[in-house]
Amino acid sequence: MRHTISVLVENKFGVLSRISGLFSGRGYNIESLSVGETIDPKISVMTIVTKGDDQIIEQITKQLNKLIDVIKVVDFIEIDHVEREMVLVKVAPKKENRIEVLKLVEIFRGRIVDSGAATFTIEITGDEGKINAFIELITPFGIKEFVRTGKVAIAREGTKRQ
Amino acid sequence: MKKTGAEILIECLKKEGVKHVFGYPGGVVLNIFDVLYDEKDIKLILTRHEQGAIHAADGYARASGKVGVALVTSGPGATNTVTGIANASMDSVPLVVFSGQVPTMLIGNDAFQEADIVGITRPCTKYNYLVKDVNDLAQTVKEAFYIALTGRPGPVLIDLPKDVTVGKTDFVWPEHVKIRSYNPTYEGNKWMIKQAAHEIAKAKKPVIMAGGGVIISGASKELKELAELMHIPVTMTLMGLGGFPGTHSLSMGMLGMHGTYYSNMAVQNSDLIIGIGVRFDDRVTGKTASFAPHAKIIHIDIDPTSIRKNVRVDIPVVGDVKSVLREMLKVLKEEGVREQWSAIRKAWLKQIEQWKHERPLTYNYEENVIKPQFVVEKIYEVTKGDAIICTEVGQNQMWAAQFYKYDKPRRLLSSGGLGTMGFGFPAAIGAQFAYPDALVIDIAGDGSIQMNIQELATAVINKLPVKVAILNNHYLGMVRQWQEMFFKERYSYSNLDVVPDFVKVAEAYGAKGFRATKPRDVEPVIREALKVKDRPVFIDFLVDWKEKVFPMVPAGASIDEMIFEEKKEEEEKKLRAVK
Ligand SMILES: Cc1ncc(C[n+]2csc(CCOP(=O)(O)OP(=O)(O)O)c2C)c(N)n1
Ligand SMILES: [Mg+2]
Repeated sequence: MRHTISVLVENKFGVLSRISGLFSGRGYNIESLSVGETIDPKISVMTIVTKGDDQIIEQITKQLNKLIDVIKVVDFIEIDHVEREMVLVKVAPKKENRIEVLKLVEIFRGRIVDSGAATFTIEITGDEGKINAFIELITPFGIKEFVRTGKVAIAREGTKRQ
Repeated sequence: MKKTGAEILIECLKKEGVKHVFGYPGGVVLNIFDVLYDEKDIKLILTRHEQGAIHAADGYARASGKVGVALVTSGPGATNTVTGIANASMDSVPLVVFSGQVPTMLIGNDAFQEADIVGITRPCTKYNYLVKDVNDLAQTVKEAFYIALTGRPGPVLIDLPKDVTVGKTDFVWPEHVKIRSYNPTYEGNKWMIKQAAHEIAKAKKPVIMAGGGVIISGASKELKELAELMHIPVTMTLMGLGGFPGTHSLSMGMLGMHGTYYSNMAVQNSDLIIGIGVRFDDRVTGKTASFAPHAKIIHIDIDPTSIRKNVRVDIPVVGDVKSVLREMLKVLKEEGVREQWSAIRKAWLKQIEQWKHERPLTYNYEENVIKPQFVVEKIYEVTKGDAIICTEVGQNQMWAAQFYKYDKPRRLLSSGGLGTMGFGFPAAIGAQFAYPDALVIDIAGDGSIQMNIQELATAVINKLPVKVAILNNHYLGMVRQWQEMFFKERYSYSNLDVVPDFVKVAEAYGAKGFRATKPRDVEPVIREALKVKDRPVFIDFLVDWKEKVFPMVPAGASIDEMIFEEKKEEEEKKLRAVK
């Protein structure tokens, strides 16, 4: 089962390496990982998407908690939350397809953030379903380059653990 | 007045009550060594290899319960400590290791003797630091000692760039330390403890499985009280030996791969396993799918990650063993005193007695060749069980675990988790520094002792009366045993062909050397060796190279699938049961 885990850490030298080392050293899988500062610049938040059965996920959250620099670990599986990811896609559609691509971007409420003679760079933000659907539809038009941020997640206001 | 980082470091060590630092000098720590030159309160013990230093600090910590401290130079000095750090980490030993580092300016430039020791030791320390500013030094040292010793203890490394120890600032010792992201759980959950107590009261065939956590937490008294109150037999992991008295009628000795028949049978037939300060290592559980198949499992440990890592657990209790056992005893006494535990337990304890009788720990004694088990047995007899025993790794380690009875905690210092050959001798040196008047004996193999044999110099110069009993079988015996049993007797590179004359080696260093070649020599030689008080002693016991460690559970089998020593008819009579 796939879990999105948010890890609040001390914003210190070497912390990312402690976390990634934990995953590689113990053979846990990381599907995506994103890191950024919180409002308090001394604290960072990492959002990790990982996969495993209950026993492995239990170990992952415990092992994360055991790291000295980890302040808090939240597994969103039991929490009503919002997830977002952003992708940047550079496409090079044939001339006759350019309009269709622009429509697609509009439908997905994306934005063109750069355009060249033969390319568009599209920014799409959304949850996993939306991103995957967009990728599926845009692929036939010819993707030149593709980057994604990895997921970030936040609990919905006023929700408790289900 | 401002002090240099080096001076501040030494002041910090004094504040922490450190008396001994095990170390080795080199370029970037010369200024720290220079401060130590005039220092009266702290003695630096110069080992002959950084691995010796780190294991000595470890032995010091295991024997005393205090933090062991090591100081080494950058690059090779630091990397030489890695085995010892990993070793301490696996066995939860509190260490603080100071490594020199090239000046901050040069870090990352592949400077002379630069190694990324913080990166290298990240996965095998509890925590590590690179100090970048002399103003952070005192706080860092304070935190390091706190982290090393609290919760589940472990090694902490502090990397000290040269410019930091040369730089000057005011020395301010932080009296308190609080780390918001580090709050070990000491008190167990009361409700869980109650559930556990109820299970214990209900169980017909309970077994206590005690591990190193009992010793670290100082909970031997509580454990004994629990076992005696409820009449529960106790088995121990290698790390747990001594946590419960080995001579107690409820003791079943060690369990697992080379555990006693009765321990393994009791676990496999039990209806309740009470795991206390254990981590259910694979050497103990054998095949986990068939481990204790009829039992509920209560697991008490301070480290939540130990729980449900290897085996299923019905009642987890996260907390310090001592505090949890105290609470549990309270509950049991409040609720269970009416019961007649001795009557309830009678059948189960009788069954265990029967297993003990069926297959005691034995070996085939011979008149003409020294059996290694006989040596350990004699050491036990002569020392009356009152020694600190260190071990190397291999057959020697298992025989030391099986045939010496440990009645008190911190009397067996053995590399459990990592299984590090070369640990025992330097650890014995460390233990002797912690307890100058104690009798410290390293039970060694001829292979292992050669891994840190240079520490003879350290022991000689410091007049340490450490005894090393070498069970010399001219083989990497444990490897040979596996090859005999599981690789069709193909002894691939396990014969040590050239083994030095250990008596001469000892003498060359200025130590004392003895040798025993016949069983009748064994006891007199031990007695002679114990008389030596002013220098280390090597005793070379030429033992039967064919001897194997039994019982044995093959890797991956259930722990009741044990292989035993074959007994020859005529030897049957001489079979010695060890009580
Ligand atoms: C540093 C290290 N290298 C290799 C091993 C693998 N190993 C385990 S036991 C053993 C043989 C030990 O030989 P010896 O010290 O003579 O002890 P014996 O088994 O003969 O009593 C070896 C090589 C180890 N445990 N540690
Ligand atoms: Mg040997």
